[in-house]
Amino acid sequence: MIVMEDVYKKYSNGVVASNGINVEIPTGEFVYVVGPSGAGKSTFIKMMYCEERPTKGNVIIDGVNLSKLKKREIPLLRRKIGVVFQDFKLLPKLNVFENVAFALEVIEESPSQIRKKVNEVLQLVGLTAKARMFPHELSGGEQQRVSIARSIVNMPKVVIADEPTGNLDPETSWEIMNIFERINKRGTTIVMATHNKEIVNTIRHRVIAIEGGLITKDEYGGDYGYEA
Amino acid sequence: MKPRTFGRHIRESFKSLGRNGWMTFASASAVTVTLFLVGVFAIIMMNLGVLANNIEENVEIKLTVDPAANEEAVEQLTAEIKAIKEIGTIEHATKEEELNHLVSTYGDEFNLFKMSNPLGDAFYIRTTDPLDTPKVSKKLEKLNYVSDVVYGEGTVEKLFNVVQISRNVGLILIIGLLFTAMFLISNTIKLTINARGTEIEIMKLVGATNSFVRIPFVLEGIWLGILGAIIPMTVLSIAYHRLYAWLSPQLKNEILQLLSPSPFLFQLNGLLLLLGVLIGVWGSFMSVRKFLKV
Repeated sequence: MIVMEDVYKKYSNGVVASNGINVEIPTGEFVYVVGPSGAGKSTFIKMMYCEERPTKGNVIIDGVNLSKLKKREIPLLRRKIGVVFQDFKLLPKLNVFENVAFALEVIEESPSQIRKKVNEVLQLVGLTAKARMFPHELSGGEQQRVSIARSIVNMPKVVIADEPTGNLDPETSWEIMNIFERINKRGTTIVMATHNKEIVNTIRHRVIAIEGGLITKDEYGGDYGYEA
Repeated sequence: MKPRTFGRHIRESFKSLGRNGWMTFASASAVTVTLFLVGVFAIIMMNLGVLANNIEENVEIKLTVDPAANEEAVEQLTAEIKAIKEIGTIEHATKEEELNHLVSTYGDEFNLFKMSNPLGDAFYIRTTDPLDTPKVSKKLEKLNYVSDVVYGEGTVEKLFNVVQISRNVGLILIIGLLFTAMFLISNTIKLTINARGTEIEIMKLVGATNSFVRIPFVLEGIWLGILGAIIPMTVLSIAYHRLYAWLSPQLKNEILQLLSPSPFLFQLNGLLLLLGVLIGVWGSFMSVRKFLKV
């Protein structure tokens, strides 16, 4: 369960990215976060994994109030949340297997468990055959699949994705969405910021629209709702 | 931290040295050049220090007693000299011993004086701190039955000044060099780590703690320090051994003596290795810190 109570975020340059956001996302839900560029979508997402902290208000994930989280507790939170980025953020000098395994190494998982879990998720995203390849040898879609595999290898309850199809062609985007659907079916909450109107309007889920740092629409099974 | 994780950090730090080949080369070269310079300076400074000590230890005051002084007066003078607190050692030479010395130095003609010895007793005095020599001489001059006090006035002061200045200049040079080294090396390491800023950011985003990110980098700094220290250690050791073998026979009985390679070279190599490691660790630590804020 993700809860935001009266969340304000003002950056040091004066930009207000969240202007009093209240929202509840129950466990197992799939939520699209939509809105024009600069509307505050990324800040909304970043506050969920503590890359940004609210100026005022509370962000609560699974009963933990992130606003009160000490700096040294942030890594522990991030291990419970999977994050997928638009630019994949893979370690260029590690191969596919090592990139996914890295998320398990930081929690000091045993080598045998790492092998087992990494192979499972690579199978889920369809990359078993490319486990020894390096990121630069993969297509954009494949790199994003590695990034997704890394985000779910810890079995997190929540996966947060910031425009995961933003750098991908339409066909690959559908493949990625398929994977997210499968992950959601296993009971994982998914919060996805996106600009992809076609996806939002085709695979229907709850849609939260943000504009000017405020939630302007919150509909179950809603559509994209404006021209991007 | 589990031992297995520490093993992983060690493996990662070695892998990273290989993966960042050119940057490893650049950092290790920076360490090599600076440690080489530090080593050369240390050799010069340590040997200058020995020279300075030799010079200082050879400064002696010769006090000549008035030939008119009787035994009682000499005894009293001895007591008065001993009472001066800066005094280190005193050697008493009777006038007969002084004359014998004169004869052995200048020839048998001086035997003539044995009939009626014109010399007085003499005291050869060293102060605990050689720098006190001029001060003590002044005190000695004021005592009764003292006919002359000599210690190489003027020359000794100048010598002390030269020794003092060369020590200070050397110290400043070494400190300056060390700071330059630290600046140069930390900048090189910063460059290598800057190139890996994204890597650190990603590690943090998947939940790595600061120490998990930092330890492999700090280990890498240690390896870089050791790698960089190997060449200066080897080259300076060989060069010093050769120099010692060539120069020390020629310097026999001179006031300038080279330090014996053992244990000096062990100390020097230990110092260089320690400096290399410290600089490496410090450089990595400072550079990673900037990226850990994600």
